[in-house]
Amino acid sequence: MEALMAVVIGTLTALGVWLILRERTFPVVLGLTLLSYAVNLFLFGMGRLTMGRPPVIAAGAPGYADPLPQALVLTAIVIGFAMTAFVVTLALKARAELGDDRVDAGEGDGEP
Amino acid sequence: MSHLPIAPILVPLLAGALMLLLPRQGLRRALGIAAVVAQLGLALALLERTADGTSLVYALGAWPAPFGIVLVADRLAAWLLVTAALVALCALLYALRGEDDAGPHFHALYQWQLLGLNGAFLTGDLFNLFVSFEILLIASYALLLHGAPSPARTRAGLHFVVVNLLGSSLFLIAVGTLYGVLGTLNMADLAVKVAATPPESVGLVRAAGLLLFGVFALKAALLPLHLWLPAGYARTGAPVAALFAIMTKVGAYSILRVFVPIFGPGAGPLADLAQPWLLPLALATLAAGALGALAATGLRRQVAYLVVASVGSLLTAFGLGSAAGIAAGLYYLPHSTFAAAALFLLADIIAKGRGDLGDRLDPGPAVPGAVTLGALFFVLAVAMVGLPPLSGFLGKALTLKAALGHAMLPWVIGVVLVAGLCALIALARTGSLLFYRAEPWSEPAPGPNAWVLAPVLGLVALILGLTLFAGPLSDLTLAMAGDLLDPAAQGRAVLGQGAL
Repeated sequence: MEALMAVVIGTLTALGVWLILRERTFPVVLGLTLLSYAVNLFLFGMGRLTMGRPPVIAAGAPGYADPLPQALVLTAIVIGFAMTAFVVTLALKARAELGDDRVDAGEGDGEP
Repeated sequence: MSHLPIAPILVPLLAGALMLLLPRQGLRRALGIAAVVAQLGLALALLERTADGTSLVYALGAWPAPFGIVLVADRLAAWLLVTAALVALCALLYALRGEDDAGPHFHALYQWQLLGLNGAFLTGDLFNLFVSFEILLIASYALLLHGAPSPARTRAGLHFVVVNLLGSSLFLIAVGTLYGVLGTLNMADLAVKVAATPPESVGLVRAAGLLLFGVFALKAALLPLHLWLPAGYARTGAPVAALFAIMTKVGAYSILRVFVPIFGPGAGPLADLAQPWLLPLALATLAAGALGALAATGLRRQVAYLVVASVGSLLTAFGLGSAAGIAAGLYYLPHSTFAAAALFLLADIIAKGRGDLGDRLDPGPAVPGAVTLGALFFVLAVAMVGLPPLSGFLGKALTLKAALGHAMLPWVIGVVLVAGLCALIALARTGSLLFYRAEPWSEPAPGPNAWVLAPVLGLVALILGLTLFAGPLSDLTLAMAGDLLDPAAQGRAVLGQGAL
């Protein structure tokens, strides 16, 4: 399972980085989203991968899963979700105001 | 357990939330000013309580560290809180003359920006540092874009947001790796655990530490990650730019908090992790900022590059690694924040007075009230460049004194002095263009009134205060540097006596 997890995180990260380097806003937003998925899985994996164990110390259970990374991931998901919503809105605003959806345009344009 | 350490977080949180319910702008303004004044009072109270070196530890939910989340207020955190509250008060007073009317939620966003800043200064936990960064960033994204729609501002805002979101992802990867290897995110606990990293994990922890350094360097606008700053700061509203003068300092503060007690001299196999990078990059940032100020074609862009240069000076002092160097940087930190904020506000007053010319550095008619504005510009230029007799000079002199005996002494002296000269030439050229070579007005126009100038004058008075009380204040910063270099004392306060 570790190998599968590592491959998934690696693929998501690579795709995310590749998309962030694109020149239009939509792929960049998708890239940020994929990267945040990769980060969330990575954080989750940092509590070690366990199957069928409760996140508390319980009598009779074979062990426990580390609850802290789960709390961290929950926070990161909420923050990542809000940030994605914000960046989508901003990309739409930029599309409306700038007349194109390029993120790589030079500094000089639109100078007052 | 005193509740004082959490108060600077609760006040802006509740004030910002309450503002969403207030129907009238007048009420929001009054509440905004009251909340910032309250934060200033709380910050001063914290500084007074911690000035003797005590660390006030606040365990949220009374869960003891390192299992629960703690806030740690020591004199360094209080010093930054006071600086932030003072800048916020002056910038908010300036915003009241109409900048805050461009959107209904300016004051709420302003309070949440302060919430993030105060949280970042007070946190004793690496994950909460991340959360505070996100709070201050999401408020800053909205504040940066606040005001009349302008394509240039939107473009700069988009770049700022994407770059910072990428930084946040890297931050989480670093935090996750540290937790995965060391099993803790409490800063005091990390200082103990990093020093005892098992040999097989040293590489992983080193990677995570350097990743954190990259993230903080991005927030502090350290070369080559400084490019977001001039574009963003030059195009946002003046009070927002003035408040943002403290934002790069959050990155510098985080570098100090993580790379001195945790990855500092006492970290065993990982000792002085960021030291080989920090000083050369800081010097390069200083040089790049000074050159950018020389090349700028607009006053606000010039000030933004001077902010980059001041980050360079600040991190040069921190990069020396000695107590004297860190203390010099901590003395220089409020000074550079006040000077940059005042220059952003003054640049806005000048740009408004010049009509269509705005802040472009082209010859044109004189600004109304040119004598007053010129005098203020002169004083602030002296402060920003670091000429005697103001506190900028003292900060730079302390830095150079701390650099004596350092292996990179020739580089430090050369870059700091030449960059100072470049900034001096840049500001002298701007001043003569704006105030000497200006064509006289055909009919005299009224200059800006006292209310407009009051925030700038307040910031100048703070710089004078820093200069007059340089002795006791530099003693205080030296004590803060001592605390950072001896993390065991704070570790005992956070983790309890038996933990070490």
